[in-house]
This record gives sequence, C-alpha cells and structure tokens, in this order.
Amino acid sequence: MKNTIIECKDVSFTYDHTDVLEHISLEVKEGEFWALIGPNGSGKSTLIKLILGLIKPSSGSIKLFGEEMSSFRQRERIGYVSQKSNAFNSGFPATVLEVVRSGLTRKTGLFKRFTKRDDQQAMEALKIVKMDPYHSRPIGELSGGQQQRVFIARALVGKPDLLIMDEPTVGIDQQNIASFYSMLQTLNREHGIAILLVTHEIDIVTDLASHVACLNRTIHFHGVQSDYKKMDDIDISNWYGHPVRRVHQSDREAER
Amino acid sequence: MIEAIFNYEFLQNAFLSGIIIGIIAPLLGLFIVVRRLALIADALSHVALAGIAGSLYLSQQVLFLSALNPIYLGMAAAVGGSLLIERLRGAYRHFEELAIPIILSAGIGVGAIFISLAKGFGTDLVGYLFGSVSAVSRQDLGIVAFIALCVIGFVYFFYKELFALSFDREYAKVSGVQGKLIQTIFMIIVALVIGASMRIVGILLVSSLMTLPVAAAIQLAKSFKGAMLYSIAIGELSVLIGLVSAYYLDIAPGGTIVITSVIILLLVLLFKKTWQKMVRTKGEADVV
Ligand SMILES: Nc1ncnc2c1ncn2[C@@H]1O[C@H](COP(=O)(O)OP(=O)(O)OP(=O)(O)O)[C@@H](O)[C@H]1O
Ligand SMILES: [Mg+2]
Repeated sequence: MKNTIIECKDVSFTYDHTDVLEHISLEVKEGEFWALIGPNGSGKSTLIKLILGLIKPSSGSIKLFGEEMSSFRQRERIGYVSQKSNAFNSGFPATVLEVVRSGLTRKTGLFKRFTKRDDQQAMEALKIVKMDPYHSRPIGELSGGQQQRVFIARALVGKPDLLIMDEPTVGIDQQNIASFYSMLQTLNREHGIAILLVTHEIDIVTDLASHVACLNRTIHFHGVQSDYKKMDDIDISNWYGHPVRRVHQSDREAER
Repeated sequence: MIEAIFNYEFLQNAFLSGIIIGIIAPLLGLFIVVRRLALIADALSHVALAGIAGSLYLSQQVLFLSALNPIYLGMAAAVGGSLLIERLRGAYRHFEELAIPIILSAGIGVGAIFISLAKGFGTDLVGYLFGSVSAVSRQDLGIVAFIALCVIGFVYFFYKELFALSFDREYAKVSGVQGKLIQTIFMIIVALVIGASMRIVGILLVSSLMTLPVAAAIQLAKSFKGAMLYSIAIGELSVLIGLVSAYYLDIAPGGTIVITSVIILLLVLLFKKTWQKMVRTKGEADVV
C-alpha cells in the first residue's frame, strides 16, 4: 500500500468574504506526479499555500505525510518553488551558492553551521539545473530564467520526498523547459519523489504527469492521466471557462 | 594620542566601546538593510531617547534614582519599542512600514515631554544625542561588551536562519525555520545594540552607523559573507577615524563618525567601477 503524502479533506477557503476554494478533496500518494491545472484566478496558488501551511483553511483539514498540519514538523521533506520566487530584493548581496544552500537550513539543524558537505550538495543541485558554473555570481545579476533555475535548485537541495512547484517554468526558455521537465520525470521515476506541479502548459505536462487535477474553485476532475485524456475538449472547456483545444503528442509530431 | 589612551581611563573606555560598536552595529545593520527595514533603527533610537530623557528627568526628581545609569531605561524603552513594532507590523499586514513612523513619533513625543518638563538637561543630553568621547564610564564599557557577546553569539548560531529569513521569508516559513521566535530575538538585540551604541555615536546617529557602512558594503560585495565583512571593516574604519578626529577637534564623535562613513560611501560609489574591474579580473584568474 502506498502511503498518502498530501491529504486534503473537504477544504474550503475564503478571502475576505469571497469563496476562493470550495470543498476540495485530494490525495497525493508516494511516487505520484500530479499536474494541477486551471485558468487564472482559479485558486491554484491558494491551494498550494494551504497545503504548505502558509495559510489556514476556513474549513476542512489537511494532512502531510499522515500528520495533521498543526503538528507537522518534518518540513525538510518538502521542496517548494513559489510562483513569485524571483520577486526578491534584487540588490540582495548573496551568491547563487548561498541561496541554494539556504535550502538546507532546516536539515542542517538549529545551532549548527553549514559544512563543506552542504556546499557540495548545493553544487550538485546546481548541476541538475545546469547552473553550477554560476555558483559564485550574485543572484541579482542573473536573468529571470536563470534565477528561477536557482530557486528550483534550492527546492531540490534537501533531497525532498515531495516537490511542490507553482508555475516553475515561467521565464524559462523552450529548450530549458524541455530539459527541466525531463529532469522532473527522472526525479519522479528514478528517485521516487512525489511531485505536485501547477502549470498552464497543459499539453506537455499531462504527458509527463501520472495524475491530473483540474481546478476552478472546486475540483472538476481528478484522476489518472489516461482518464483525463479520455475527456473530450468540450468538457474541459466547460470547467476552464473558455474553449481549450489540447494538442496531443501525436499532433505535435505531425506539425513538425 | 597613543600615550593619552594609556594614561586616561575615559579614553580607553571610549575607544574600546567604539571598536566593539564598530563591529556589532554594522553586523546587525546588514540584516536590517537587506530587508529594507533601515528605518527601524531610527524608530528604536528615538524610543531610546524617550527612555534616556525619562531617566534623566527621574534622576533630577527622585533622589535615590540619581545614580541610575540612563542607558538602562533607554535600552528598556528601545526593547519595548521593538516588541511593539513587531505587534504593529502584524496588525497592519499590508502596511508593515507604517509601524515605524508610529513608534518613531511616539518616541520623540515622550522624549520632548520629559525634556521640557526638566527644562533641558544641558550637556548631559547633548552627549546622549550626539555621542561623547569623555562620558563613557567603565560601567558603560561593561554593558557594551556584554551586549556584543550576545549579538555575536546570536548571529553566529543563527546565521543560517537569519539569512533564510532575510532572503525569502515565505520560503523560510515553508521550510520550517522558526521565524517568529528568531525575529523577536532579533528585534530585541537590535534595541540592545542601539542602547549600547548611543554613548559613543549618540541617539540621533546610531542608525547611520547601522546602515551607512552596509550601504557601502553591498556596493562592493558579491556574497552575503562578503557584505558582512565589508560592513564591519567600513564601520570600524569610520569609528576609529571619527573618534580620533573628535578627540583632536574636541567635538562630539557622533558627527565625525557618521561623516566619515558618508565619505567612505561616496568614495565607494565613485570608485566602484574600477574596484569591480580589479576584483573581476582577479576572480576570473582564480577560476581559470
Ligand atoms: N491576498 C489575497 N487577498 C484577496 N484575494 C486574493 C488574494 N490572493 C488571491 N486572491 C483571490 O483568490 C483567487 C485565487 O487566486 P490564486 O492566486 O489562487 O489563483 P491562481 O489559480 O494561482 O491563478 P494564476 O494562474 O493567475 O496564478 C483569485 O480570485 C484572487 O483574486
Ligand atoms: Mg497562481
């Protein structure tokens, strides 16, 4: 039996009287790769923040690794890339390596200092996103896409069991997106890391993900990828709110 | 000068406190500046003013308080102010910076009331406002040394957490860093450093010693560690040059220290390009 990593039970959330999320129930199990999709303002980032414990649900409950959110302590098991991760103060004096290493803060433990080993791990994480040649550069002097890759490295450095990413590929060029997704696939298939990925790149991701959740205030569909693909475009357009035409792998190849 | 330092205890006190403050004020200042909270130091120093003025007034009025070192009440007020700022920042979630002018005005207000109640304090108060070479006692030096130990211990043991919180508060929270606790300790320590520094640089100029060396340092540094070292070096340089010239010119050291750091900052801005070129070519040589 696979363990449940994220368990949302009947979760609702209200921002100053507007219901943003209603009755969300979702289970992510070990080794699964979930794509969370939905139009702008559908509540994806809000759901992610609830799962991370950054905000509290108005009702319902969320468990992480089988533990109630309020008593969950194993935060080093989660890697996170936020939607606005490069909204930091761009004059901040820190090197790429220092930023990535900060992802090990919790793992290294209170009162302890970073060691050479921590630096090596940070370098390995940078290699995964191909940013290792930039390790001593100030973070503010990188391009937006490069910064984003550094933040992905920060999420990976602690070797998490669960990766949560909110539109991590924003600002990353086509070629690097492709290699980023194949990296996610490797992390998922070979290292067994569970992934929850928010994205607007519906076509690419549904080919990679094992599961898909469609969100627009409520969950309109959740299940394995093959079932999602069986839905027709009309159903999808209905919950998406505007017409959507999915391009399948075969179509894309035909186009080339 | 050197001879005078050996001969006069007051000069030893002033220089030793100055050297210590030159380290701890910019060290904490770095964490304040990178979070764009430079005005917090200003607000807290004005709250310290309220405490100092209150203490001076009480020592005029109440006989058994006349020997009380005003630094204690000044520090206590600053610590209280720092906790209040944290509270207010929580209350005005979208206007966090609003907490700062509220506290700052309250500090000046209370200070002004005590000063006018006492019909002025003359030289005593001027010493607290702009610093003094001659007024630092052994007791003051002891307090400064003790606070320095707290500050350096705190930054040493919580370096990772402080960095994570300063760089990205949301990520730090997600990864389980004890943000609230560390932030509260941090604010208390900032208040203590302000209390410790005001004897030398004065209440009105404490915040400059916390921010100006950092402003120059982040122009030069590529890493956080580097920014820290540059901040301390520039802070120390300003304090030493400032104290020596204050001694010779017989004026308040606060002014000379801060003006020195302003000049260093201007020089850094002027020569930044050349400097960076030097470091770059050297750095590239190292990599190859
Ligand atoms: N801080 C906030 N205060 C009030 N309402 C908010 C806040 N943040 C988001 N909302 C509202 O909540 C709803 C969901 O926002 P959310 O950011 O979760 O959407 P999203 O699905 O991530 O959108 P996008 O694709 O644009 O990232 C939106 O209608 C938005 O207006
Ligand atoms: Mg979003």
